[in-house]
Amino acid sequence: MIKSVRKIYSYWFLVPAAAVFLIFFILPTIMSFFFSLTRWDLSSWTFIGLQNFQSFFQTYSLSIGLVNTIIYAVLTSSMKVIIGLMFGLFLCSKIKTKNFLRSVVFFPSLVSTIAVGMTFSSLMNPTHGIINGVLSLFGIAGPDWLGNPSLALYSVIFVDVWKGVGIATVIYIAGITSIPNDYNEAFAIDGGNRWQKFIYLTLPMVRPAMNTVIILSFIGGMRTFDLVWTMTQGGPGFASDLVASVIYKQYTAGYYGLSAAGNVVLLAMISLLAFPLYTFLNKSEVAE
Amino acid sequence: MTGKKVRILLLDLVGVLLAAVVFLVPFYFIIVNAMKGPTEASEMSIQLPRILILDNFSKVLNYQNGIVLKAFFNSISMTIFSIVCIVVFCSMASFVMQRNQSRMSPVINFFMLVGLMLPPAIVPTFWVLNTLHIFKTMASMVLIETAINMSFCVMLYRAFVGSIPREIDEAAIIDGCGSLRLFFSIIFPLLKPVTATAVVLNAVNIFNDFVNPLYFLPGKNNVTVQLTLYYFHSAYNSSWNLLFADVVLISIPPLILYIFFNKQIVSGMTAGAVKA
Repeated sequence: MIKSVRKIYSYWFLVPAAAVFLIFFILPTIMSFFFSLTRWDLSSWTFIGLQNFQSFFQTYSLSIGLVNTIIYAVLTSSMKVIIGLMFGLFLCSKIKTKNFLRSVVFFPSLVSTIAVGMTFSSLMNPTHGIINGVLSLFGIAGPDWLGNPSLALYSVIFVDVWKGVGIATVIYIAGITSIPNDYNEAFAIDGGNRWQKFIYLTLPMVRPAMNTVIILSFIGGMRTFDLVWTMTQGGPGFASDLVASVIYKQYTAGYYGLSAAGNVVLLAMISLLAFPLYTFLNKSEVAE
Repeated sequence: MTGKKVRILLLDLVGVLLAAVVFLVPFYFIIVNAMKGPTEASEMSIQLPRILILDNFSKVLNYQNGIVLKAFFNSISMTIFSIVCIVVFCSMASFVMQRNQSRMSPVINFFMLVGLMLPPAIVPTFWVLNTLHIFKTMASMVLIETAINMSFCVMLYRAFVGSIPREIDEAAIIDGCGSLRLFFSIIFPLLKPVTATAVVLNAVNIFNDFVNPLYFLPGKNNVTVQLTLYYFHSAYNSSWNLLFADVVLISIPPLILYIFFNKQIVSGMTAGAVKA
């Protein structure tokens, strides 16, 4: 080569992407650490040390978001992992309607979260809603799905799974269809029932797909805001508040420092939970 | 043999029924209620409309001097400009990142992981926008969407660039191409499949984005389609028929994209799930 690699593959190519990313993503992230230590009204700030974090962990209306966020992320991701796998296996079987069903399951992922949230708010309406209407046909008095403090968070989790399971399913389908046919044939020759095939062949082979589903849905769950906000606004009371909705509430209330502290808390939670999960899953994948 | 066929048919039946109840009823519910009068829609039933009212759609479009039309214009321009930035910036960056591995690479990888995982810091972004005097502008929204969606696209592009043989670069260089020409007239056209994926996937995501416009584009002039639904919902709680008509209208663009590009959407969403 005549010209050096450095010159042809010039780092100038990185500049536009790096500039936008550093200014609009990394810089705010770094500044959130600083602003979380201040009382701040966008024009001037006073340094108040760790007071914001103190109130974040000691005020019930704020700290409940931490617990709820973890419940939300763990439940949505584990349900998507399991239900998505079941759907994926079903939609890779020999049924004739599989192409149609694949599109149907995937369809909710295309509709905006706010539209889904609004639709389900009315489906879950305690008196008029269809869900309770169907339940009453069986003689069951349906609860107030979104108005009952001990139920609201789980109703939102259900809708999140409803909307997101399609993506999990297509990821699994991609994993299942990439299993080389030789393996299936070899298994048929060796003999073995369906269950053994699932445990010893399918499950190990879809591990990369499963890891993707786990990571995507776990991080998605930790960061989620829009669904909760359209369905319950964190209510009733603070029963379904997540860290992300607390950040929004503090921001609209004008407590910018507290809102930034919320961001730092969320960042810390994801770093402490999702990064280790990611490296753990990647390592166990390589080890196999 | 026939027993097996019957079993598969049975599975088909169960699958379709289950899908209909779980996934299709909510959409059917949206569509019927978008065509009812206000009192009928407030019953929230899944019955067919007693009186079919089709001008709900035009009512929504004309509401408040066509704020929804304006929102469509805003959302579509936000989506298009963001996609142009994302595609150009990410493809350029990924090309050099893949070809020129150096001591910088681990640092870049770390930043990508950060971009994929961490939530964007909201309030400090206001500070950035204020400092640059671009708060409440479409340009700032485009740059924010670009920054947020960048890491994923770089990941998509970088995997694809790796599959383009270096011999192509070398031949072009020997023929006298400089870096810019090499990239834009040789490499970029070869990236077409992944560009299609990036465009369609980002189109759906950015068009459907609610959170970022809620924070960074407040005010009636900058309203996006997802925000119209949100504002209708808070201001207009009794007119479910209009709300659902709005839902139908704003779900049409992603649906059209899916009909024509479902392969690209699915391949984008499953990227990284299958190790080659």
